[in-house]
Order: sequence, then structure tokens, then C-alpha cells
Amino acid sequence: MTEQAVPASPIEADIEIFGALTDKEPQKPPRSQWKDVWDQFRKHKGAVFGGGFLMFITLGVILGPWLWDADPKALDIRNKDWRPVYTLLWNADAKAGWIHPFGTDQLGRDILAQMIAGGRVSMAVGWLAMGLALLIGTAIGVLSGYFKRLDFLMMRFTDLVLSLPILPLTLLAVTLFRQPLNSRFGPEGGMFILIVGIIGLTSWMQTARIVRGDILALKEREFILAARSIGTTSGKIIRRHLLPNVISPIMVSATLGLATAIITESALSFLGVGFPSDFPTWGKLLADAVQRMQDFPERVLLPGIAISLTVLSVNYLGDGLRDALDPRIRGR
Amino acid sequence: MLTFTFRRLILSIPTLLFISLVIFGLLQLAPGDPMAQVPLTVPPEVKQKMREALGLGAPWYVQYYKWLIQFFWIEPKILIDYLTNSSLLLGWLPDTSFYNGELRVISWQTRSPVMDIVIQRMPQTLWVVGLSYIVGIVIAIPIGIYSAYRHYSVFDQAGTFITMVGFSIPPFFTGPLLIVIFSVYLGWLPSIYDTTHVVTDWASFKVQFYQMIMPVMVLALQTTAQISRYMRGAMLDNLNQDYVRTARAKGLREGVVVMVHVLRNSMIPVVTVIALGMPAIFGGAIITENVFKVNGIGQLLLTALFANDLPMVMTLTFIFAILIVLFNLIADVLYGLLDPRIRYD
Repeated sequence: MTEQAVPASPIEADIEIFGALTDKEPQKPPRSQWKDVWDQFRKHKGAVFGGGFLMFITLGVILGPWLWDADPKALDIRNKDWRPVYTLLWNADAKAGWIHPFGTDQLGRDILAQMIAGGRVSMAVGWLAMGLALLIGTAIGVLSGYFKRLDFLMMRFTDLVLSLPILPLTLLAVTLFRQPLNSRFGPEGGMFILIVGIIGLTSWMQTARIVRGDILALKEREFILAARSIGTTSGKIIRRHLLPNVISPIMVSATLGLATAIITESALSFLGVGFPSDFPTWGKLLADAVQRMQDFPERVLLPGIAISLTVLSVNYLGDGLRDALDPRIRGR
Repeated sequence: MLTFTFRRLILSIPTLLFISLVIFGLLQLAPGDPMAQVPLTVPPEVKQKMREALGLGAPWYVQYYKWLIQFFWIEPKILIDYLTNSSLLLGWLPDTSFYNGELRVISWQTRSPVMDIVIQRMPQTLWVVGLSYIVGIVIAIPIGIYSAYRHYSVFDQAGTFITMVGFSIPPFFTGPLLIVIFSVYLGWLPSIYDTTHVVTDWASFKVQFYQMIMPVMVLALQTTAQISRYMRGAMLDNLNQDYVRTARAKGLREGVVVMVHVLRNSMIPVVTVIALGMPAIFGGAIITENVFKVNGIGQLLLTALFANDLPMVMTLTFIFAILIVLFNLIADVLYGLLDPRIRYD
């Protein structure tokens, strides 16, 4: 508030008042919420790097087979056990070259091509399982937050699932349902459906709890009352008014879900209950290479670094998203 | 508080029954046949008899009921007998001989009682995983306190990065990585955990110490990442509160303000998080135990799964479920006890 000068005459006073009403500076275009979010997100360097790397790796595994068109399953026993090309830096006699930048494995399969193929599977499992978990979690969270009658039952059910020992049950379910699904959809397709299904069915609980909490608070707000009073149906209220308002916690738990899904898939492959042995995923490549890691440490390192970097970037992305989507932090 | 505890305890009974039913139902769908390893020369009618001897001929509800009786009635009797008979703690009590030869939960792999094997495997898991948990907490709490106190400092940034890395690198990568570095290239540490090793003198203690370093550190990295993050968050929440300003205003030393006032309030959520992580200690770390060949509970579960040993899998999974439910309850009660603002009644 600035000190107002005392007007000399009534006419001047009018001018002053009108003057106060006109803008001193040219009008700025209105800022949308998402622009604010983006500006806050950009400030978090880790999150920007994380998002960039996640995009890079996703595009890399999608477009990779066109850029590097070696067949990941082609055996070339004469050229087996090549070292990655960087070994030439300190050992000029090493069996390495630009034909196989990451080397070849004990059967002469190109490791770069295998990494791309494995990354496709790992990322596909991660994205799909995360999507499934979000779908279930959001549905249960919205239903139990919005409908009082369902709340008690659904939340007890969520608590029950939360107190199940997840990793043992996952192992159990994979060993039990492998046979029937494999005979139905083939060894690879069956395993894919099974792993996506199990990870999705066992990781929706946190999303459901967070969404329910937010819906419970939103439901009492005036705009929902207004919507209800003009006769909006429950389904419309949920779709048009509630879901857009809970999108931010859903996005944050989506990143967490993606990270856990990738790690769980790799862990299952590592324990030997995942995909069949000649079907590359990052976890499988790592597990197969552990036996000979003294001679060929790069075969453990490359998939391990791929998994770790992807999960790290997803975690940083989630961290940045949480800050950017929280209006209390935004603008600080 | 007591009413709340009792109510939760009673409520956990149907929860556990339901969980046991879920696990049992899953196992009923198992395609494996426990007679698969019996030689083909055994005639089918003998096989059928053997199957019935394992209790497989009966309908599922009879099997479930029998398992419940065995687990909740016969096994506790054996435990009480053991306690009053040969343990140090209650050995002075008169010998109760409750158990008189009823059928216990029998493993299909070894044909010996499941609980005996669990008791055999427990010490290894408790030593390795339990110690890693303690090490993780001891490292995590100072890191959390200091990064919150020097918010956005270089230490905080580095700490956040390291905890993020700890979150992101899975144990099946850190394990082999450490083995390659410390066992293969440097040759300092053994890559396999020898559970038959007995500590008798200083030299054997050193061997034990060396072989524990890697598995404990792999697991401790995960614990540290998680707990220091919680610790930092809780400290940050408290450091800006009014009571901290009051404490400073009345002239308390900075050390007292942070280490007594703020720390005690920030420990409330952290203690409950620590309690929630406890079941994982008993559950063993399936992956890490597998990498370092520790024959603990996690490894037992994995081998039982591969060998189609359903009673073992059922009992182990159910023990994990009991621990999870129990420590959830403990965490809730602790929260109420530590924080007088929270009242459940």
C-alpha cells in the first residue's frame, strides 16, 4: 500500500480514482496451472535430468532395433566372447571392435542388441504394470472415498492386501501359474501377462490410500456441492470434478510404481522365476552373466547400470513432480 | 490405549485367518505333485497310499482345518514343552509334557517338522539381516539429522543423491558388484557366507567379521536410504515449528535445541517406520541371501518353492504375515505412546 496524495479538487480526485483503476503496466497473459507446474519442475535439476533420461531410454528401446539392426537372438559362435569396444583403450589386443560395441556373449549374440531387446521388455513390463496398478488404485480410492457405503469394506480389503507378504506371494504366484498361462499364450506371452498382472495386483494399495484421502477432503468442498445441486450425476462429478483434482498424487505414485515394477521384474528374473532363459530382459541378462562375472564383468555392469540409471531417473522425476505439483511449495 | 491394543489384537485374528485362507487357496491351485520325485517303479496304488498319508486325499477344508490345528495348537504345545524342559529362561518351571506325538506340520522335502527347520535357519537370518538393519539405522539417523539441519547444503545434496542411489540400485546388482570388486579383484573378502563357521577365538571372529561385511553392507544401503530420508523429512517438518524458535529465544544452546527438542519430536515417525521394517528382518532378504549363499529363511522359502514343498511354503509365508500384522500393530501402539497428541480412544 502506498501513501495516497491528498487531491486538490474533486475533479482531480475522480481522475485519481480512475487512475487507480487503470493498469500501470501492460496486461500479462493469464498463466495456466500447468505452466506454473512446468516452471517449478524446471528448477529441479535432478528431475529434469531424470525425465530426460527416462525419455531417452524409452525412445532408445523403442527405436533401437531400427538404429541397431543386429538380431539379438542370432548365434555367431565364431565371434563369441567379444569384449566391449572401450577395452581397446588399455588393451590393444583385446577381441573387440565397432561391429559389436558392447561385445558378444558366450554364444556370440550381440550384447547391444540384447540390451535393446531386454530394455523393451523391462520397460514394457514397467509401464504396463504401473498402468494397471494405477487403474486399480485409482478406482478403489475414488470409489471408497466417494461412496460411504463402500468405504469400510474397501479400506479393510486394502489393509488386508497391505499385510500380505508381497515378495513371497509373488514368487509363489509365478511358480504356480506359469504352466497354465504358458500353454495358453506361449512361454513369452504367458510370462509377460503373468508378471504384469502380479506386479499390478500387488502394488496398487498406496495409490488407493492417497487417492481416497484426497477424495474425502475434496468431496466436502463447495464446487462439488454446486455440481450436485444442479443435478450432476455421481459419475459425471467423479469424471469432471474429482479426477482432475487428484491427478497430481496419481502422477507421483505413478513414478514410484514404475520404479518398483522395473525392479520387481528384474528381481524375479534374477531369482530364476521370470522369463524363459533365451528371452532377454535386463534382469535376465544380469542373472545369466553373474556366473562368469570374473572374466566378463561388463555383462553384469551394463544391464545393472541400465536398471539402476532408469530407476534413479524415475525416482528423481517423481521427486521433482511432487515438488512441482504441490501448490504450497510452488513459487518458493 | 490398552483398549485400543486389545481391540486391534482381536481384530487381527480374522485378518490372519483370512490371509491364511488366501495363501492356502493359492497353494491348492498348485500344479505340482509331491510324488513327482518318487521312482516310477513304485506302483500307482502305493503312490496313492503315500499321497493319502501326506493328507492329500481329503477335501480342501479338512486339509485347511488340520493345518490350522497343527499350526495353532500342536506347535505351541511343543514350544511350551521346549521352554519348560530345556531352555534357560523358563527351565525352572515343572516340565509340562503337553505334546504326545500328534502329527506336526511336515515338510515334503525332508519329511521332518517344518518348525524345526525354521528354527535351524533363524540364527543366520537374524545375524545377517538384523545386523544390517541396525547398521543401517545407525548410519541413517546422523545423516538425516545433519542434512535437515543444513538444508540445501553440499552435504544435504550429496546425502540426497546417495539415498536416491541407494533406493535405485537393486541388491541383485550391488551384491555381484561388491563381489567382483572385493572378492575377485582385491581379494579382501570371501564371496560366500559360510554358515558352518564357528567363532571360537579372535582369528575365527575375524573370519566371521570379514564374511559378514558384504551381505550386511548391501542390505544396510537399502535401510540407510529409506530411514535417512524419513529422518530428514521429519526433522525438516519440526525445525520450522514455533517451539523451536521459543527454545532458541530462551537461550538454549543450539545442540540442546536440535538434539533434544527437535530430535525427540522427529523420532516419532521414524520409530514407527523402523518398527514397520522389522518383519523384513525375520522374513530374510530373499535376494541378498541368494547372492551371498546365506542359508537363512529367505533362501529356505526359495528352495521350498522350487521343490514344491507346499507345507513349508504355507508355514513360512504365514509366519511372515503374522510378523507383518504384529509389527503394524506395534507401530500403531508406539505412535500413540510416543506422541501424546494422538489418542485412539
